[in-house]
Amino acid sequence: MTYLDHAATTPMLPAVAQALAEQFTAVGNASSLHASGRAARRVVEESRESIAASLGARPSELIFTSGGTESDNLAVKGMFWSRRESDSRRRLIISPTEHHAVLDAVEWLHKHEGAQVSWLPTDMYGGVSVDALLACIEEDPDDVALVSIMWANNEVGTVNDIAALAQVCQTSGIPMHTDAVQAVGILPVDVTVSGVDALTMTGHKLGGPYGAGVLMLRTDVSATPLAHGGGQERDVRSGTLDTPAVRGLAVGVHAAVSGRLDRAPRIAALRDRLVRGVQAEIPDAVLNGSPVDSIVSDGPGRLPGNAHLSFPGCEGDALLMLLDARGIECSTGSACSAGVSQPSHVLLAMGADVERARGSLRFSLGHTSSDADVDHLLEVIPAVVERARRAGLSGASR
Amino acid sequence: MNVIAAMSGGVDSAVAAALMVEAGHQVTGIHLALASTPDASRTGSRGCCTVEDANDARRVADVLEIPFYIWNFADRFRAEVVDEFVAEYAAGRTPNPCMRCNEQIKFSAVLDRALALGFDAVVTGHHARLDAGVLRRSVDEGKDQSYVLATLTERQLGLAVFPLGEMTKDEVRRQAARRGLRVADKPDSHDICFIADGNTRGFLGRHLGTQTGDIVDDETGTIVGRHDGAHGFTVGQRRGLSLGVPAADGKPRYVLSLSVVDNTVRVGPGAALEVECLRTGPAVWHTDVAMGESFDCIVQLRAHGMTSPATITAYESHTQIALHRGQRGIAAGQTAVFYGGPDADVVLGGARIESADRVSTKVASR
Repeated sequence: MTYLDHAATTPMLPAVAQALAEQFTAVGNASSLHASGRAARRVVEESRESIAASLGARPSELIFTSGGTESDNLAVKGMFWSRRESDSRRRLIISPTEHHAVLDAVEWLHKHEGAQVSWLPTDMYGGVSVDALLACIEEDPDDVALVSIMWANNEVGTVNDIAALAQVCQTSGIPMHTDAVQAVGILPVDVTVSGVDALTMTGHKLGGPYGAGVLMLRTDVSATPLAHGGGQERDVRSGTLDTPAVRGLAVGVHAAVSGRLDRAPRIAALRDRLVRGVQAEIPDAVLNGSPVDSIVSDGPGRLPGNAHLSFPGCEGDALLMLLDARGIECSTGSACSAGVSQPSHVLLAMGADVERARGSLRFSLGHTSSDADVDHLLEVIPAVVERARRAGLSGASR
Repeated sequence: MNVIAAMSGGVDSAVAAALMVEAGHQVTGIHLALASTPDASRTGSRGCCTVEDANDARRVADVLEIPFYIWNFADRFRAEVVDEFVAEYAAGRTPNPCMRCNEQIKFSAVLDRALALGFDAVVTGHHARLDAGVLRRSVDEGKDQSYVLATLTERQLGLAVFPLGEMTKDEVRRQAARRGLRVADKPDSHDICFIADGNTRGFLGRHLGTQTGDIVDDETGTIVGRHDGAHGFTVGQRRGLSLGVPAADGKPRYVLSLSVVDNTVRVGPGAALEVECLRTGPAVWHTDVAMGESFDCIVQLRAHGMTSPATITAYESHTQIALHRGQRGIAAGQTAVFYGGPDADVVLGGARIESADRVSTKVASR
């Protein structure tokens, strides 16, 4: 089996599985005052310190959550609500290429909570420029409650210059959140250097556990809780801490971040071979997102493991099915709305037409990827594309 | 064979897929997304088209350990089934959207896509027997669905597999339970899948708007009531007429005909509904039929029941049907399916009804 869907979830590191297994049987609520509770608390706080060190944050800035979706919702809704209590700012500035965890939270705030939404224009790669953000803020600087721009796009891999964008927000006195789910452990992510006020990350994209994530929230930024309860995690996120998951997350983050400089160039080289190979076989295949050799603030301008390609005349879900039948696992990268695949909002925001958006596949490589994986894909892709083209002509969605 | 199994999320298609897997075929489960904005969960007696149904189908595929995908045919379904359904009612006819879906979606658009992707055939959970190109009723007459398959062409039938024809519905449920499929006791679906609340009249009203018109007594010519649009009525309908004037004989009145041109609904006694002579459009034949000559067979006029012996005269452009027993409530747009063979269970062909003549005029039309 050839697994080319690491951006969906990447295999758990053996050290993480071991840490989880060890902690599963240890009794202790990290909020309890007795010895078992203190032991659990020690695991949680050492994990927090370890993750903070990996992210360039202070331990007190980290809030443990259930993952990316919760962190994004807590940041966007929580910061908007909190802001609304203290002043009259109502405007959210958002990139249209955000993950649905941000997009849908923003749209919900707009529909139900009186938020105004300003959509940032994106370039042809799905990225956001400093000038675009400046211009958007300038429209009414005193009304902006929050800016949220993702670190790296989960579909097309384009990396934003978060430090430069955060600088703009800082100058304007506007809090900024970034969804760094795809970035941590893969790109150089340093909270202090970047200057963001809130950052989302999750475990299962970097070899850590499922259902475990962090919201980095500066201590001078407040957020109204999504769920009320025992007041754990700075009174912002209640609920008994999942000590095994927290420990597993710390092990995963440490391994991913400390091994990044060895791993990322190897994965990027594999990705480059994959893209070149596919385009050699399928000359009209189009790479979506930033060029593979682009640079953003001294790091890669495109996620090293990301190869997002459009195959003219094909339906993405036909390609996916045909590859799946041949043991190759990838993604159409499109949002699945109520079981019905929709053309990707990211590609549409980049200016792609519906045909190009529908005919695309995301191959994403990660820590277990090998030359054999790329070889396998290159071996089957010509026949698969040819077959999908024939089926595309018979057209499911004319 | 390398086949796709169309899996609605119901028990029939689940067992059909299971039987194909066990027979050694390579099976890929496909759930057709037909609604543009599917409801989250089942309501009423529908058995497909919600996210919950898609999940049921996926669970079955996972248990059978076969690949499973959702194919989005919502645009095609809207254009070729739903819009057509509305247009037929607007034209005063009574369509059968399930037949239309079989003709245009399942055994056309879906079949073509499957063939292009390298599959050999489409498997469905229809209750009908299909052997060597001969389409026959299911052994379970109560659940038989050969009627809604009758207008498929020879090519379409040649690329279809119906594994359930030799099983009763009870047996299908037992087979599902034996395999641990959770859909074993899922209720049957009855209503039109794209009308969630089962209120066809309300659905048509939303699509066609309301336009008040007269309800006229067919015998006296007097106006006996008002309606909100002739499209809301079906020939043979008795309920919901809200007539202000009682009939002279005190007996219930039925819708006899609809005129879209002057938006008039004509009503009369039940006896006036009886028809013996039908004319159809061009028929799909599954057997050799000599044009211009007459033969006797059994004709079925509704998806369930309503059969009569009849004399058929086939032409290239149309078919004349002389029913030996008069039938009530036959409307243009419905399909006549012809059955023959020793047990009168072989589908000979089918054709859409264009007009129905009452008993009183049958001599003239012959």
